[in-house]
Amino acid sequence: MSEASAVGERSQTGLDIIRVRGLEKVYHVGDVDVPALRGVDLDVRRGEFLAVIGPSGSGKSTLFHILGGLAPPTAGHVYLDGVDLRGLKESERTEMRQKKVGFVFQKYNLLPTLTARDNIVIAQSLAGTSDWPPGFDSILTLLGIKHRLDHKPRALSGGEQQRVAIARALVNEPAILLADEPTGNLDTANSNAVLDILRDLNHRVGQTILMITHNPEAAAFADRTVTMRDGRIVGS
Amino acid sequence: MINKLVLENLKDRWVRTLLSALVVGVQVMSILTLIGLSRGMLQESAAHAKGTAADIFLKPDSQGTFSFSTGQLSEKFVDFLAKQPHVKQAVGVLMSPIQGELITPMNGVDIPRFEKMSGGFRYLAGGPPQAPDDLIVDEYYARQHKLHVGQIVKLLNHNWRVCAVVQGGVLGRLIVQLSTLQRLTANAAPPRVSEILVKLDNPALTDQEVAHFNQLLRGNLQAVSMEAFVSQFSVNNIPQLRAFIYVITVIAVIVGFLVVFLSMYTAVIERTREIGILKALGAKPLTILDILVREAVVLALVGCILGIAFSFGTKALIMTFMPASLHAVNVPDWWPIAGAIALAGALLGATYPGLKAARQDAIEALAYE
Ligand SMILES: Nc1ncnc2c1ncn2[C@@H]1O[C@H](COP(=O)(O)OP(=O)(O)O)[C@@H](O)[C@H]1O
Ligand SMILES: [Mg+2]
Repeated sequence: MSEASAVGERSQTGLDIIRVRGLEKVYHVGDVDVPALRGVDLDVRRGEFLAVIGPSGSGKSTLFHILGGLAPPTAGHVYLDGVDLRGLKESERTEMRQKKVGFVFQKYNLLPTLTARDNIVIAQSLAGTSDWPPGFDSILTLLGIKHRLDHKPRALSGGEQQRVAIARALVNEPAILLADEPTGNLDTANSNAVLDILRDLNHRVGQTILMITHNPEAAAFADRTVTMRDGRIVGS
Repeated sequence: MINKLVLENLKDRWVRTLLSALVVGVQVMSILTLIGLSRGMLQESAAHAKGTAADIFLKPDSQGTFSFSTGQLSEKFVDFLAKQPHVKQAVGVLMSPIQGELITPMNGVDIPRFEKMSGGFRYLAGGPPQAPDDLIVDEYYARQHKLHVGQIVKLLNHNWRVCAVVQGGVLGRLIVQLSTLQRLTANAAPPRVSEILVKLDNPALTDQEVAHFNQLLRGNLQAVSMEAFVSQFSVNNIPQLRAFIYVITVIAVIVGFLVVFLSMYTAVIERTREIGILKALGAKPLTILDILVREAVVLALVGCILGIAFSFGTKALIMTFMPASLHAVNVPDWWPIAGAIALAGALLGATYPGLKAARQDAIEALAYE
């Protein structure tokens, strides 16, 4: 569990790695205001594996985008690892994306012209690091993609692509892993493999994971589940 | 790693990459060919002048260096000049433009006297003229028109017999007896010439003699030293040519700009999603711009290399098929300039698509299908 404590050392502020207070987000589409988040409160402990479920359009992805610094909130506060995202400049949010957050999407989102290995390396290169972190080798083993690293995405199965995407999200040792319906495009066997891996990462490395899912069976892999509806968290 | 991404992206869309580079290359080729042609033809003219071995050229006063005229000088000046102190030899040349040839006039000289002055032609085939209708052609004219000794050629409405093919670079491409050309061009009575070549007994006296002749013959003849005459054959001394080169350069930049713009614009639209991915991974707007600028630079560089290669091709084509009408040289000193022109077009072309990509919202980009 030495890796788990290495992750733990990243913060000096309490147990909660994510603290969300009164978060609101309004999209302006033409003259229409679309409220996507209507006051979200959420605490996530370091090392927690949290599932977020809820109907389509309930604001799950929007919440993740704000947590990951991809979009600014309209109102409210997000503290990530003790830092208030409100106070960050655009460039600081970019840096946060490089170092503190790993995204995994439903659509894998690998760069199609690069090999699996280079897809991972470019994430590092954007963050300004070069060597794979200690323990990353065992993560690759866990993901079962070591022998597929020199293939381009189109030569990989969906499950393999998603596991490469997970490796890419982890290579900069992020404080949180945000997975937006990571199994949405996968069949049951591949879904279970990916979910097993996420749980393993959480258990063995202590990786904090937030996962959006439609599927209650997928949510069961997490320690805790919260439900969103109409831009609010309605149950946990 | 960014470079790898750039190269992989270019490789992935290699047809577009190649086509864009090709268009840039054609632009580079146009510039290099134009310069190579200008310089080649000017160098040839200079070589023809030098090949005469004259020290001083005399032309009718106030006549421009580059205009051809049919006999504006009385041939009497030739004898007058020949009698001047320090003048070893004076030879009159009558130049007559011929139809269908832009820059290849027919040159009439007293061939034995001219050979004495210039040190003689290098005969590749045949020998000095025997008859009034004999014609000496240089190797380039012979190559382009597939001429050989003994053949009859009709020029200036007259049938000439090719008596010799000579090495190029002396006086001109077509050389005939002065008296014959004078008769054919109505310059026989009184006999007239276009210019007079003078060789001194001491070349060190050239400047002094030029000044002396200009004093002596003011209003009739204008003397210029070989050195000064030859130095006029340079692109910088011909404003029209310089203007033309500017125009071609501007066109090259514009075309390069448009091609790269279109190519990069398409690439940016096509890769909207990938740009979103890069942003989600923490790429700064500047990094995105950087990626696209590098792609454009590669297009420009590849285009430049292609263009240089093509310019060798055009030069070879010109020198194979029309070495007499045109003359081209390779211009390595212009490679960096042509490269800079291609680069300028490419960078301009990458700017707008690059900024568009850099400003792209990450979430919208990721939602793009
Ligand atoms: N970029 C956007 N522009 C405008 N409206 C958006 C945008 N993204 C999401 N929305 C709207 O915000 C609401 C929440 O969307 P989202 O966060 O994607 O929900 P979920 O991920 O739970 O399906 C929806 O009504 C959606 O239409
Ligand atoms: Mg969603």
